[in-house]
Amino acid sequence: MTYAFRTEGLVKRFGATTALAGVDLAARPGTVLGVLGPNGAGKTTAVRILATLLRPDGGRAEVAGHDVVRQAEEVRRRIGLTGQYASVDEDLTGTENLVMIGRLLDLPRAEARARAAELLERFDLTEAAGRRARTYSGGMRRRLDLAASLVARPEVVYLDEPTTGLDPAKRDDVWALVRQQVSQGVTVLLTTQYLEEADALADDIAVIDRGAVIAHGTPHELKGVVGGQTLRVRPLDPARLPEVATLLERIAGQRPDSPGRGMLGVPVDGDAALAPVVAALAERGIAVTELSLRLPSLDEVFHTLTGGRSRTGEPVAEQDREGAAA
Amino acid sequence: MSTRVLAHSATLAWRSLVKMVRTPEQLVDVTMQPVIFVVMFVYLLGGAISGSTSEYLTFLLPAIMVQTVVFATVPTGVNLNTDIRKGVFDRFRSLPIARSAPLLGAVLGDMVRFVVCVVVLLGFGYALGFRIGTDPLSAFAACLLMMLFAFSLIWVSVLLGLTAREPGSVQGIMFLAMFPLTFGTNMISPTGTMPGWLQWWVEVNPVTDVMAAARGLLTSGPVAGPVISTLLWSAGLFAVFFPLAVRAYRRSA
Repeated sequence: MTYAFRTEGLVKRFGATTALAGVDLAARPGTVLGVLGPNGAGKTTAVRILATLLRPDGGRAEVAGHDVVRQAEEVRRRIGLTGQYASVDEDLTGTENLVMIGRLLDLPRAEARARAAELLERFDLTEAAGRRARTYSGGMRRRLDLAASLVARPEVVYLDEPTTGLDPAKRDDVWALVRQQVSQGVTVLLTTQYLEEADALADDIAVIDRGAVIAHGTPHELKGVVGGQTLRVRPLDPARLPEVATLLERIAGQRPDSPGRGMLGVPVDGDAALAPVVAALAERGIAVTELSLRLPSLDEVFHTLTGGRSRTGEPVAEQDREGAAA
Repeated sequence: MSTRVLAHSATLAWRSLVKMVRTPEQLVDVTMQPVIFVVMFVYLLGGAISGSTSEYLTFLLPAIMVQTVVFATVPTGVNLNTDIRKGVFDRFRSLPIARSAPLLGAVLGDMVRFVVCVVVLLGFGYALGFRIGTDPLSAFAACLLMMLFAFSLIWVSVLLGLTAREPGSVQGIMFLAMFPLTFGTNMISPTGTMPGWLQWWVEVNPVTDVMAAARGLLTSGPVAGPVISTLLWSAGLFAVFFPLAVRAYRRSA
């Protein structure tokens, strides 16, 4: 099978700290690999090795069959990197940022300008094109950063926590842009702390913790392991909780539990149960203050995969940059 | 060096220039401060040291031009460090460009700052009554020589910029080194009245040679000795710190 990129037994140490302890990742061309893990799990380190910014201490990594250490130049021709924090030049305008990258990629001046204008248009930054990036909002910076990584029309794009710190609407914008790239055949390595994000974008997910892959599979397979979605209902009147419990059990086929005071939750498979529940609630005139369909949180995923070891309070084993940006 | 490396360096030098123009406070630092020094020293000390302010200006200006370009190497390291901390360098290093291009670009862009410093000070000196005592060609050579020395010294700043934890420490360490290097000379006053240990330091300090060469070429005094000494020091600094800076750059995470 051909891979857009892959790592085998990747090891990286920073002094006494082992950031990666033998990580295997792989993605077929035109797919999205989601690397899911908490801060300090080693996500950024893996991305930096694949982007030729760090040398691995063991194992190997290749992009389109080119070794990241021995054929770094070949790798750099094929990749686009979007950092965890937007690495745009704040003193330059949006246009200047992109033209500069174009010029560094040996595009003639006119072509670099045309490419910049095209990307600014596509990323809805045309109006802000002449303004310094310093004045951009967080979402605009992310979009400019993403645009900068696409100037070269790369085969593989690394998105290191592209939505951390963005509000939901901005996050949806970034997601749409990622999907657009994938539809054009680009392979994406997406690191994220949000299961929801990995589920929304990734074809495959690797869950990493403390420098090792602890689970790997499609989002569907992974949900099979950690449990899928949960339907939650909070009636306005707590006295009606038993009634809601009966109704949920009938529709979902499982006894609901109580994840919080005055609330009931039941595992469901997809959103098929949502409409009958809404209908049943309406029929009985039960007013609700909350009705939601949610995925397990990263905490819950880790709780399941690591057999109960909570990720909070664990030592953070990654270079300080990742910790500092968190 | 291939034309691609030059083209990439030029692009990145353009970036440095744009940033310099957009953050003029950096230029103010390296131009206003020496202008204030000139005014202060000339009118406060000039009469006492040289008998007249105009004579003192002749003594001081070539030396303070040297001090200014030496100080102008500091922002290079600070800016590099900022770029690294902000992740801008990660982007450059992930592009298929020569590894040396971002460093060369930053340094080339900053050479413009040296030119600005020299021109501003010379112009200001002229306004106060300073006159070149040699010929235009020698004066031009004096300017080139001090910029050459600064170009060699800039790699110390680059090295610090690549290795220091934060921009503030680059600035701190550089200034700590710059004060004895520039004030520990005969810039302000002749060495005759200084204590023995200080006279010794002024004697071994390379910046003293650069200042002597600048005085020789701009006003009067010996030229050959100080110029040769300056060239040797420049070559030595470059030979040591350029490879160290490039190595630090290749290693930097």
